[in-house]
Amino acid sequence: MVRRDDALTPTGSAFFTSGGEVSYVKGLQCRECGREVDLGAVHVCEFCFGPLEVVYDYDAVARDVTREAIAAGPLSIWRYAPLLPVLPGSDPSQRVDLGAGFTPLVPAPRLGEALGLEDLWLKNDTVNPSFSFKDRVVSVALSAARSLGFDTAACASTGNLAHSVAAHAARAGMRAFVFIPADLEEAKVLATAVYGADVVAVKGSYDDVNRLCAEVAGEHGWAFVNVNVRPYYAEGSKTLGFEIAEQLGWTLPDHVVAPMASGSMLVKIDKAFGELVKVGLVDDKPWKVSGAQASGCAPIATALKDGSGVVKPVRPDTVAKSLAIGDPADGYYALDAVRRTGGWMEDVSDAELVDAIELLARTEGIFGETAAGVTIAVLRKLVAQGRIEPSERTVAVVSGMGLKTLPVVADRVGPTFEITPSLDDFESALTLKEQS
Amino acid sequence: MTATVRIPTPLRTVTGGKATVTVDGSTVREVVKNLDAAHPGLGERVLDDNGEVRRFVNVFVDDEDIRFASGLDTPVRDGATVSIIPAVAGG
Repeated sequence: MVRRDDALTPTGSAFFTSGGEVSYVKGLQCRECGREVDLGAVHVCEFCFGPLEVVYDYDAVARDVTREAIAAGPLSIWRYAPLLPVLPGSDPSQRVDLGAGFTPLVPAPRLGEALGLEDLWLKNDTVNPSFSFKDRVVSVALSAARSLGFDTAACASTGNLAHSVAAHAARAGMRAFVFIPADLEEAKVLATAVYGADVVAVKGSYDDVNRLCAEVAGEHGWAFVNVNVRPYYAEGSKTLGFEIAEQLGWTLPDHVVAPMASGSMLVKIDKAFGELVKVGLVDDKPWKVSGAQASGCAPIATALKDGSGVVKPVRPDTVAKSLAIGDPADGYYALDAVRRTGGWMEDVSDAELVDAIELLARTEGIFGETAAGVTIAVLRKLVAQGRIEPSERTVAVVSGMGLKTLPVVADRVGPTFEITPSLDDFESALTLKEQS
Repeated sequence: MTATVRIPTPLRTVTGGKATVTVDGSTVREVVKNLDAAHPGLGERVLDDNGEVRRFVNVFVDDEDIRFASGLDTPVRDGATVSIIPAVAGG
């Protein structure tokens, strides 16, 4: 629970309730045409279909919120509640919270040495409650959904979101429907179903599943975290940026490399840095964001690299299923953020990403899933291309846990030798191993 | 050629609440033009000032994304289903 009384001094135009919950949310606004929309379970502008974004009263946040107040908050994403879509009138006891966020930001000297970076850090989001960064967005989305009166959660997912929605819905006592491509990794399917969610396996790609969900959302009164409550959901990824800055002693890094599926995470990390500057929590300085995709599904990176700036949908073909979104909704905004900050985008083969999973595990003791492999492999590429200078303070986002995608390493690692339970056998095997 | 057009929730204010509308047209371009004639205002919601499909609007003919076919010139067979769907985020 956020310690509101300590954390905030009520002033200005922020909204208050009898329970002490504070909201700095002013409403929703279309990112494309600027039309303003009332708060509710609505995700697209009725006029141009552009995505709706939460608007905050930044003046009030700047006036009320201090580094000390945030430091006194919970060790979770909710320490940044003033910059999250806490809806006016919401009951803090109804927040859907498994403790997502405030994950370790660790220096990575051994990986840095392998890649040629002197000041590399890893944001280790494998340790979230359902083992991926999706817990950040889901906690925010379902808290907003509850405030809006929903009792059923739903999502279209490439796996990690399904896992997280199922877990958070269970925590909140909400019913959950999760729609996934039928060919998803078994670990993700089982780890979702175990929470009691209704798992709907759809014979098709993620983009097919997403389209179905857009239509189902129109017919059923459910909170689809990535459809009708998406404006709130997407804001949760900002907490990656907030945490990176706070954990670097309230300074901004020089460069962040993030995986891209829809492109939303990268966009929101960039937005978070901008907000921290705007409300005076960090000093302004240049930062770059760079995006990572798998070559088998790289519509955003391709749009940057071919100079067209047009995100053309693709049919994904990669083992990085958590990034296999062929029609990325935030692709244009990711392009904008990367171009504006001077970052870059790259894509890597499945072989490169699996190599990078092993490299990350062996150098830093962090076992990431395929998306993490994509990020580290792209990081390596960007350094090799000279797009990241060795001295830049660089943060790579490790967004999910490797146990979710074990099959990609199954034919590369395993027992070193198999023996009978005898010391002689062991010594012989060890000698053979040392000689090889 | 007659097609059934599935209208997403945000656009139903223009169709008087109807979830499906039947219109003539042998291409997506004609279908959208006839939709706008039947329900004025619908065209500008789907197409931008240059007459192209807005970048956050996805159009499908019988479950095929028209960006994988011929865009607005994608043929529409008699009895086809045309779906207009807002782009959604993912994960």
